Amino acid sequence: MSLTLEVRGLRTHFFTRAGVVKAVDDVSFSVARGRVLGLVGESGSGKSVTGFSIIGLVDPPGRIVSGEILFRGRDLTRLPEEEMRQLRGNRIAMIFQDPMMTLNPVLRIDTQMIETVLAHAKVSREEARARARDALGMVGIPSPEERLSAYPHQFSGGMRQRVAIAIALLHRPDLIIADEPTTALDVTIQGQILAEVQKLAAETGTSLIWITHDLSVVAGLADEIAVMYAGKVVEHGEVSAVLDSPLHPYTAGLIGSVPSRNARGARLKQIPGMTPSLLNLPPGCAFRSRCDRASPACEADPPMRELAPGRNARCIHPLLPAEA
Amino acid sequence: MSAAREPIFELRGVSKRFEKRLDVAGRIARSLGAKLRDEVVHAVDGVDLTIGRGEVVGLVGESGCGKSTLGRMVAGILPLSAGEIRRNGVVIARAGGAPEADAAVLREAKLKTQMIFQDPYASLTPRMRVADIVGEAPLVHGIVGRSDLDSYVDEQFRRAGLDPSLKRRYPHQFSGGQRQRIGIARALAVQPDFLVCDEAVAALDVSIQAQILNLFLDLRRDLDLTYLFISHDLGVVEHLSDRVVIMYLGRVVEEADTETVFRRANHPYTRSLLDSVPRIEARKRAFHPVRGEIPSPLNPPPGCHFHPRCPHAIPRCREERPALREIAPGHRSACHLNEAA
Repeated sequence: MSLTLEVRGLRTHFFTRAGVVKAVDDVSFSVARGRVLGLVGESGSGKSVTGFSIIGLVDPPGRIVSGEILFRGRDLTRLPEEEMRQLRGNRIAMIFQDPMMTLNPVLRIDTQMIETVLAHAKVSREEARARARDALGMVGIPSPEERLSAYPHQFSGGMRQRVAIAIALLHRPDLIIADEPTTALDVTIQGQILAEVQKLAAETGTSLIWITHDLSVVAGLADEIAVMYAGKVVEHGEVSAVLDSPLHPYTAGLIGSVPSRNARGARLKQIPGMTPSLLNLPPGCAFRSRCDRASPACEADPPMRELAPGRNARCIHPLLPAEA
Repeated sequence: MSAAREPIFELRGVSKRFEKRLDVAGRIARSLGAKLRDEVVHAVDGVDLTIGRGEVVGLVGESGCGKSTLGRMVAGILPLSAGEIRRNGVVIARAGGAPEADAAVLREAKLKTQMIFQDPYASLTPRMRVADIVGEAPLVHGIVGRSDLDSYVDEQFRRAGLDPSLKRRYPHQFSGGQRQRIGIARALAVQPDFLVCDEAVAALDVSIQAQILNLFLDLRRDLDLTYLFISHDLGVVEHLSDRVVIMYLGRVVEEADTETVFRRANHPYTRSLLDSVPRIEARKRAFHPVRGEIPSPLNPPPGCHFHPRCPHAIPRCREERPALREIAPGHRSACHLNEAA
């Protein structure tokens, strides 16, 4: 199985006036060709910064402090900016929660899409326009030829997100990083986008990193799940293994918080407290103050351990399969 | 279940139209032959709804279906364009005419109906201390005297799961989940018996969302509250509600107890909505979404609003608005196919 992406020991820190925010702190995972990784976590867990680090869009005061991001064998953290530009939008693409982050409101869709094609391919404008039209058709936009000459504000939210996905697909990238792309959409529209993305990933062999807070979305979409908490991956494994028998108490708590996992009208199995501030986070397991299994041993940083074949968790007191 | 309860709210033919009249330039352009007209949005279009005392009614729908507008009319902060709303049998809001209740009853009715909003960042005054945010209304309405205010506010804080020692702080010093608790404490401080929760947990992280949902469940039990719980999240609604009302483009398309809606949904829109919901129990699976977009409420399709997206549409659906009819005890659905069968 060839790896599209391998992240090793990634640390992205933000050097603010108030102190160092370790947004991503020793994160490792890999994505094989044609596979979908669900990167799950709550606000401030570092899941988006992980995505931005891969595509090289971390702005000061943030920077990648250490670690490797191997994209088809090449370390992106050491790549000169010009070579990174050649990859970005070409071999690696990103889709954002708000499609207007991708789209320029004062340019027509065709202008923006042709520009993207010509940035990385030596083709005529006509050929570029034809590729743009095909991409719009591929993501299920009706009458793509006419829609090409529309402006972004003439599209609905769901259609804008389809355009953003079409732009990401223009160069048939090896890797797409999708950061909460369906969170702002209505359920029926979200269902449509998920269906398109799933079909496209299967057809083109593109690897996908799907960043979300919603376990239910990745349950149906992803092959593997990495759960992040306070800048670290706390659990990683195949989707069904992680969701059916979570090892880390935080993963178990997250699953317990999903209403459909509980009897109707019964109290939800809530996680007490709230996510800690990443500013000057003390050493040790960041979840220990909310964890009912915590012991003094948790004041030392728990290492990522393989607890079962293909199952990794960062916990000294993992749940046994029978307890989950 | 609802039949046995004494109704607290009864809505009859409630509608809300938002009109945008043409400005002077537009009127001149029209007189010169431009195809311009006043824009009218039927945000809520002839809704009948009864809410029993002690019930939790989930109001579900996608963007632009009118669920928030309906909630605001129930809460008494938006006037009606048509129809009437009764509370405890007395008309408290009526389109175009004076309600039959006198001023004191109306004030009481408004006070007893409180609203919890979606955005915990926008719904709290940033320059007031949270103790004043929570304490202002009960003081003004004479629910508590100035001498007892301090302990009264402490009690409201504790009930919403907040530490009263934080009450001298300002809203920006709290996290999203804590702010939502402040919003809940503020609503409960005037001792309501009815809460309209408009997407009250939508902006919160999953683990915090679970905490707030548990708070709602506890408060319902302790204070005997009735909820109109507005949400686009079917998982949340299924968990919390006794009865579910589904809206699409301003109209109620289906209404039944929660069990029925989630097990034996009748309306094609409800069914496709349920199919679209990602479920944590699902594993790598093909998504089969409903086709088409949600039409603009400015220009909804004629007949049944759902017919352009409906896999079972018949010619009649294009012409005639289906009535909301009882198809089983306590189960109402607005679909022509129920009569064809």
